[in-house]
Parts: sequence; structure tokens; C-alpha cells
Amino acid sequence: MVKKKDLSNGLPDPTPLVEEILAKYPTKIAKKRKKSMLANDPNEDQEIQANVRTIPGIITQRGCTYAGCKGVVLGPTRDIINLVHGPIGCSFYAWLTRRNQTHAEEGEDNFIPYSFSTDMQDENIVFGGEAKLKDAIREAMTLFNPKAIGIFSTCPVGLIGDDVHAVAREMKAETGINIFGFSCEGYRGVSQSAGHHIANNGVFKHVVGLNDRERSGKYQINLLGEYNIGGDAFELERLFEEAGITLLSTFSGNSTIKSMEYSHTADFNLVMCHRSINYIAEMMEVKYGIPWTKVNFIGADSSAKALRKVADFYDDPELTAKVEEIIAREMKKVKKVIDAIKPKTEGKTAMMFVGGSRAHHYQDLFKELGVTTVSAGYEFAHRDDYEGRKVIPNIKIDADSRNIEEIEVKKDEALFRDDLVAKKAEKEKAGYAFSDYEGMMPEMDKNSLVLDDVNHWETEKLIEFYKPDVFCAGIKEKYVVQKLGVPLKQLHSYDYGGPYAGFEGAINFYKEMDRMLGTSIWKLVDAPWKAEPEIVGSFTINE
Amino acid sequence: MRKVAIYGKGGIGKSTTTQNTVAGLVELGKNILVVGCDPKADSTRLLLGGLAQKTVLDTLREEGEDVELDDVVKPGYSDVRCVESGGPEPGVGCAGRGIITSINLLEQLGAWDEKFKTDYTFYDVLGDVVCGGFAMPIRDGKAEEIYIVVSGEMMAMYAANNICKGIQKYAQAGTVRLGGLICNSRNVENEREMIEELARQLGTQMIHFVPRDNMVQQAEIHRNTVIEFAPEHNQAGEYRSLAKAIDENEMFVIPTPLEIEQLEKLLIDFGIAN
Repeated sequence: MVKKKDLSNGLPDPTPLVEEILAKYPTKIAKKRKKSMLANDPNEDQEIQANVRTIPGIITQRGCTYAGCKGVVLGPTRDIINLVHGPIGCSFYAWLTRRNQTHAEEGEDNFIPYSFSTDMQDENIVFGGEAKLKDAIREAMTLFNPKAIGIFSTCPVGLIGDDVHAVAREMKAETGINIFGFSCEGYRGVSQSAGHHIANNGVFKHVVGLNDRERSGKYQINLLGEYNIGGDAFELERLFEEAGITLLSTFSGNSTIKSMEYSHTADFNLVMCHRSINYIAEMMEVKYGIPWTKVNFIGADSSAKALRKVADFYDDPELTAKVEEIIAREMKKVKKVIDAIKPKTEGKTAMMFVGGSRAHHYQDLFKELGVTTVSAGYEFAHRDDYEGRKVIPNIKIDADSRNIEEIEVKKDEALFRDDLVAKKAEKEKAGYAFSDYEGMMPEMDKNSLVLDDVNHWETEKLIEFYKPDVFCAGIKEKYVVQKLGVPLKQLHSYDYGGPYAGFEGAINFYKEMDRMLGTSIWKLVDAPWKAEPEIVGSFTINE
Repeated sequence: MRKVAIYGKGGIGKSTTTQNTVAGLVELGKNILVVGCDPKADSTRLLLGGLAQKTVLDTLREEGEDVELDDVVKPGYSDVRCVESGGPEPGVGCAGRGIITSINLLEQLGAWDEKFKTDYTFYDVLGDVVCGGFAMPIRDGKAEEIYIVVSGEMMAMYAANNICKGIQKYAQAGTVRLGGLICNSRNVENEREMIEELARQLGTQMIHFVPRDNMVQQAEIHRNTVIEFAPEHNQAGEYRSLAKAIDENEMFVIPTPLEIEQLEKLLIDFGIAN
């Protein structure tokens, strides 16, 4: 059994750990990695390096641009055929792996259980794959008659120069349905983050604003950057519905393309995962005048805060009363569970390296359990997700970020909501924070270690140093961390659990942590060769 | 078996030179396989008396995996075996990948089987070495000797120098060597001396100087090599000499490509500035 660190006098200075990690690297790499690690000081403005190229061979957590575009942003939308143009592997290994759930009404389209691919062969690489792509679209039309088809480019498509956008235009004219392409070849950016941006651009250009339908509710909002992992969206939809808030569209958990088409008729956008979706929030504000605010529905207190933010925005006593009623009722249920569990989890430590927002959001849940986050970092976030949006003007635009199209959005004179702009100004005067995200670092303890794009070597050293009670990451890290005797909770797929959002979700998470932190199983699994050697051998070196 | 690849700037006369040289080697009693590595599929036109051949990639596309060697190898002038790799239309797909696929298929089908007693394989490769696919014939020991067709024009020499960079890269890891420069004259002033000097600086030789002659065009219009069309003509003799020089060649080197300044100086010293 390892001896626990005593954290009663605050977190230890991680500088010796950082030095030990860097000492193993070649000089150039050490110099680069050093900029991605820092001992947090919430009272200081500190700069961290993020969204830069991963060092080859370092065993990163990151995914590719295609994964970000197809898998993350559009994957959870059920009534669109997400057709992958490329060899079969890219589609097969992106098939249902994120555990985005969806609920289709009787008779409604749901293509999520399918994997669509053009299955490019050598011949299509040599002679071009456009003909096969057209055939695939026609086949999809015959078999499924969808309302929309998205085409996702994999690496070889970019290399041989297939023009997916031209094919999309041609097939749109031929079939009469909405078809659009994404140049989201895997190699396009430094991580999946580039794919999020490309997806945002495409959805905004080809989907948002197609249907100016009449209002259907008193309070119309969109939820952006919520992906319904393990049913998170269902829990949030329950809360909105009860409060009388009309959730027009979610980008993109439990969502439909149909709902995205009229999402621009909302009054307000709530942004959950800032990294993956802030582009659409920004563009909607410029074009339609819809303000946005950052929320977090992970954690019971955070959920209450988020709901209050919506009520505060509308400033309607009826809505406020309803929201308070829901919060009071839900918090009572939450308190009962937390009172039973917190004494067992209080004082424990966690670390999390995941996503572009989850490593921040889940700290709130852990805080509610009395668990300290000793170290955290993102896989693919940018500096603003660490340090807050105030640093955006100072973020260096490098060649990799220039590689991604910035689309120019203009004000829609007919639909622009001057009333919302006025409302925003008035609320801002009263201290309401719009279009802002303060980032993860200001909310972390002093001396906690913030580390971007963690790799395996660093993971091992972190565990050795902090001996955390739980490690949160994804499937690529899971078994390595468990072999080191530390339980790992997957925050991408939730390990087949969830939902963890909202109040019911918080309760689920408390119970899950009670179970994971309470077990001693991982401390009993010392490898047999640690006690006695399995093989004995010797070798000599001839000088 | 000698494995030869012919490179050079686009339009310099690689295919014409290759086929005429092959015709010359045939007269020396050699068994030859010509593999055209150009999507235009015009590398064997003169040997076949026209553009009649179905390419390897077209056959593969139409017949699926069930391809026989006879479907893609056609006998031409004096039983020279002719193959065209083929490839996509301009601006589509990946021609380089096509050449890789095509050469691999020929190997699988046994195009170099003992029974053919092949003395020479000629790979006639499109233009510059623009990507990995067009370098295929000089990788993995597929071609072992390279001849670069060049003229006294600056861009042709520039291309030749670039091709040498490709050869140098693969030579260090494999068996490929440069056999020499073939000067296909454009009647540029001091052309012979300049190409001889370029060859010297690249560490190789000018293996033959092919003078410019309209007979080449005449033979081409008649879909023939000069050797077949006008065997008694001077130009036929030139190609015979080139064939003989290649057959007797023993100078195979790893080239030393020039810096761009050196190349420009060469042009100034020998030609343009004078």
C-alpha cells in the first residue's frame, strides 16, 4: 500500500515533479513540453501552451480532425446520414464509440445505429473516388430516404483531391435534399479541435437558418456543446421541460438536423463545451443577435447555477419561481445522497485529463464530494479554455490554425434581434456575464499542476507523485492507469454508466465514486513478478 | 536481366527515345519488356504501331482481380513485350498510386518469369519525380539503372538535376544507379559541350548525343520507330549507337546533384550569355 500525501496544508509544489518529468526528455522536447505545464496560481495571470503540435512518438491522448468533425459534433445527430468518404476503418472505428444516446419518436428517422462509408479501395484512390461517393449517396437515398446527408473526408480524400463539396452540390440538385461536405481530413489540425471548428462552420453555413418557423414557446433556448453521453441530455431536457423552457435544439446531443434548421429563432444560447462549439455561438450572435452564456450542468450546484442563469436572463417572476421550486426539490434529493457519501470521499484526490471542457466541469462534481483535484489538463483545448476568453486577442495564430477556414458572418437584417441586443446590454450592466468563459485555471487550487496534452510517461510520473484516488481519462489510458493500482473513470464514454449531468446525474456520479473510491481491489493487484521473478536471465555486453 | 528506367522533363522525348533504343537493342538480339509508367499510356505506341493497348489499371478495373498476364502484355515490334500502366484522367485520383498498384500486379502475374528470358526491362516514366508513386520504378530495386533524357534547355537541365536528387535518395538505400544522360538535341548552341559538362558535374557521362532530325517526327506520324520506318536513315544509326552504348555501359554512379547556382553558372558559361 502506498502512503497517501498529506494535503492538509494545501497542495505540494509540483516543481520537482515537473523537473523530473522534463529531465528524461531530449533538450528540445523538454523545452517545448515545459511550456505546457505549470503550477497553478489562481491569483495570477499565467500562460500555458496549448493547441500546438503533439511530439511524435510521445503517446498522446489526442484524436484527429475527422474524429472531431464527424464523431464529436455531427455524430450524435440522428436524422442525418453521416457518410464517411474513405477506407472502411475510419468509419468502422468511429461507429457508436462515443455512447451518444438518442431518442427518436415512433416513425422518426434514426441513423445513429448505422455506419455509413464509401469503403474506398485502391482503384478509387487511383482513379478518384467521386463516382463512388455519388453512387453511395444514391444508394443511401434509395435505402433510407434521409432529409440530409453529410459527407466527411478522410485523409486519402484530401491527398487525391476528390472535391466533396462539388459532389455535394451536384447531388443536392439531383436528390433535392440537403447535402453538404466537410474537408475534415484527419491530418488537417493538431488535434480533433480543428474538426470541431470545421463542423461548426459547415453546420452554420448549410443548416442553421433554413427554417424561420413561428415561436413555439415563451422562453426559447438552444443548448450548445452537450453531446448526450450516457443520457446526459435526457436529464437536462427533463429539467427544461418542467421549468417551461423550450429547448429548440441541442448541438448536438439527442438532436435532429430539423431542429438545427430553426435554432436561430432562439432567444438565448447556453454553451456547455466551450471548446467544441463556441464558434456557432459566436456566429449566431453576429448574424441574429442571439447572446450566449457559458454554463456547466455537471455538478448539482453548477446545475442549479446554470438554471438560475437562464431564469435571470428572462427575468420573469413566474419562470424564476418555477426554477427555484425545481432546484429546491432536486437539491433535497441530492443532499440526501451526498450526506451519506461525502464522509467517505472527503479528503480524497482526483486528477483528470480529458476533453476540452470535461477536465474543468467534473472538478465541480468532485468538489461536491470533498475530493480535491490535484492535477488536470485538456486533450485538445486552446489557451482560452485554460486561462479564459480574455486571452483570445493574444493567442498566436500559427500555420496550423490558419489552415482552418474562418467564415465571415454578416448581420441578417431581417431576422436580427435588436431586442436581444438591448436585453444583453441591460443585463450586462447588472453584472451578468455574457460571451465569457473564465477557463479552468482560475477555479483550480494553488499549486495544482495544470498540464496540456498529457502523455503516458507524464501520466506515470504524475501517479507516482500524487498517488491519486481516482484518475479520469479515456479508454486509451484506462488499463495502464489501473495496472498502476489507481481506478480510472472514463469521462468520454462514462464506462457504460451515466447520466452524470444535472441533479439525477450528480447523484449517479456520487454513487459511482462511492463505489470506485471505496473499493480496495486495485491495491490488491500487484503484479506477481513484483514479489518474485518469473524468469531469471543474464546478459553480457561485448565492448 | 538489366532493369532500366528512363526519366526526364515532360515533352523531352523520353518515350520516343526509349522505343527507338529498344528497337536498336532488339536488333542486337535482346528480349525486352517495356513498361509505360504514364497515365497517358503512350509509351508503347511506336512499338505497337498505334495506341491499341488496354492498360493494366483499366483491365484491373474492368476485370476485377481476375487478370491474366496476356490481358495486359501485348507483343509489339519484333516481339518486344509492351505494357501500359495507365492511370486516371488529368486532375483526378492518384496516378502515382496507380503506378505502384500496376507494377505490383505485374510482379504478381509473373511478368518477369524465367521462361520469358527477359534481357531488359524498360520503365518509361512521366516527367519529373513528383511524388512517391513516380519514384516507384527506382525504389525496391525495380529499376537498377537510370538514364535521363535531357536537352540544352534550362528547364530540361533543371528537371534532370531534380531527378538526380531522387536517384541519390534511393541509391543510398538501394541498388539504383545513374547510367548517364541522353542528350536529345534541341539545337541549342554549345549543347553537346554543356550537357557533357553537366554530366561531368553530376558525376556521370553523356552516353549519347542524339541530333535533331525530322525523320523522328515522320516515323512517329506513321506510328513507327525510326529503325522500323527508315532503317537506312542516319537517325536510325544514331539510335543503334545509343542502344549499343547502353548495352556496353559499365558506368553506374550515385549522382551528385548541383546547387541551383552551379546550374545557372553552367548555363551562363556555355550558352545563354555568349
